[in-house]
Amino acid sequence: MRRLVLALLLACAWGAAGPARAQAPSADGGEIYRQICQACHMQGGTGAIGAGRVPALAHNARLAVAAYPATIVAQGHGGMPWFSDILSPAQIASVVNYVRTHFGNHYQDALDAQTVEAMLGPKKVDDH
Amino acid sequence: MTTGQTAFTRRDMLRAIGLIAGAGAMYQAMTALGHAAESQFTGAPDLSGAPRGAKVVVLGAGLAGLLAAYELERAGYAVQVLEYQNRPGGRNWTLRGGDTYTELGGATQTVRFAPGNYLNPGPWRISHHHRAILHYCRAFNVRLEPFIQFNNNAFVHSTHAFGGRPQRYREVAADFHGNVASLLATAVNTGGLDHAVTQEDRERLLEALKGWGALDDSLAYRKGLPVSGHRGYARPPGAGADGAPLPSDLLPFHDVLDPVVWKSMTFFTSYDMQPTMFQPVGGMDMIGKAFASRLSHQITLNAKVTGIAQDENGVTVRWADTRSAEMHETKADWCVCTLPLSILSQIDIQVSAAKKAAISAVPYASHAKIGLEFRRRFWEEDEAIYGGISFTDQEIALVSYPNDNFHAAGPAVLLGAFALGRGGYDLAGMTPEERIEAALKQGEKIHPQYRKEFLSGASVAWSRVPWMLGCRARWSEADRAAHYQNLVSMEGRIVLAGDHASYMAGWQEGALLSSLDAIRQLHHRATAV
Repeated sequence: MRRLVLALLLACAWGAAGPARAQAPSADGGEIYRQICQACHMQGGTGAIGAGRVPALAHNARLAVAAYPATIVAQGHGGMPWFSDILSPAQIASVVNYVRTHFGNHYQDALDAQTVEAMLGPKKVDDH
Repeated sequence: MTTGQTAFTRRDMLRAIGLIAGAGAMYQAMTALGHAAESQFTGAPDLSGAPRGAKVVVLGAGLAGLLAAYELERAGYAVQVLEYQNRPGGRNWTLRGGDTYTELGGATQTVRFAPGNYLNPGPWRISHHHRAILHYCRAFNVRLEPFIQFNNNAFVHSTHAFGGRPQRYREVAADFHGNVASLLATAVNTGGLDHAVTQEDRERLLEALKGWGALDDSLAYRKGLPVSGHRGYARPPGAGADGAPLPSDLLPFHDVLDPVVWKSMTFFTSYDMQPTMFQPVGGMDMIGKAFASRLSHQITLNAKVTGIAQDENGVTVRWADTRSAEMHETKADWCVCTLPLSILSQIDIQVSAAKKAAISAVPYASHAKIGLEFRRRFWEEDEAIYGGISFTDQEIALVSYPNDNFHAAGPAVLLGAFALGRGGYDLAGMTPEERIEAALKQGEKIHPQYRKEFLSGASVAWSRVPWMLGCRARWSEADRAAHYQNLVSMEGRIVLAGDHASYMAGWQEGALLSSLDAIRQLHHRATAV
């Protein structure tokens, strides 16, 4: 019931023109990158600079420990939103694995959904 | 209540309470008297007694910064405004033909709309209960016109219902109400609600359901002229030999339960979205321009703030001229910082660890808007849609029709996408050309005239807006509890303002209320020195 109420609140949010239904979730890391991460981190993971900076993911030494990007994707960091509300642990693992093996990154240890699930904190909920 | 010439009016009383006990008490009193319950706006701030020569630096020339500059200047402070963009207004922004816009990543769009046509990439509607922004629109003679918002004749479209064909709002809404009313009436009549409703109220409820749902005497929701009086007709009433109306067919109940139906209905009745709503005639940026034109000093544009320091003597703001890369320092007694937290969290600012944590705790949503210009107003000419919004479960989320210049010949611009959440990210990750194609491909499922009539389009994906890196602040419940008070309280000589420092993120009203609160705090401290 609480879940239903929250869904309703989200639909009523600012400008939340509302009805948009979540797209069929992809399991493919590359596709998730294209559909979500690329909005800010840009094609090729180059990042960008304006009044502030969107960090580059290409050749990024901070990706060495998989838990770091996984935590940030799930919980957000600074201006970056949390994604645990629209990505499952399996999808977070998948996109982190993709970024850590593309854009000049060559980290071979892959994350799995169980590991991501175990490291997730309490789920963040928008307050409107 | 009758009041004679000498009577102590409610207004007198409120003024007295405001003078004695401050704005907060006045607001409480107003609420008790049945005024102002809808907005926390209590009128233009009273900043009398400003210390002579006190200087304030305002960072950011969005509505929060502009209001702060305007009111502080009026109160006698010396104000300098620093703005990153080459224009004031911030998200109070309108794109017109001839404008160019370069997003993060370098893609540049030149808007090709005909004169008079525009896209509001940011805020685009004002609620009747947003009294602060309405106050300044009135004070500055910013002309308003209705933002139509709710239109029974607009469409509801789902890829999962009605065979993918758009339906008129009035039809799905009537069928939703009718079916629900009939089911509930059946439950009442079969004793299903005997435990919850008294005999007297069961009868009253049945009467209400019958009228509300347009049920027949057997409490069924059936095709017929009474029902068509709500949902529309197969042949509407006319004149002459064939003047008699013919009833329309009902939609399958399974499809009527598609989420897009009830979410559309809920949207229009939500507090923030209820009519009456307004838009400035000619574009939302009329408000920012009205503020900016009333400042006595020019806003310093193209200024990228790189550091904000303070000590017991004052504030020092370091900034770079983005055209020359030359570094500058601005010193002031006080600072109103309205930079979005997505940017401020990356700037060296001399505040406590608690305030820094608050600044870093709030991310920004990704929304994307796309304006499409068409040769003619086919939605008016072919479909009798005059303003309002059609909703869809596709990424574009909606199609919103112009609320002005009905029946005008020549090109018109509609809002072809207002994508949120996943859809917002997906569209933001595309090139501007790909976004237009996505808007056409999804929109033509609602309006098949799209391809034939399309002229040009412009898009703003807020994740890629260089001075925002997002659209509006997203507060989580936990972060609000942990950080909100730390964010909004003045610290030393610095106070933050903006919609992110309110409970109305993404609304201009939130930016203005936050700014009013900030400058009251500032003034209180400045006059206490």
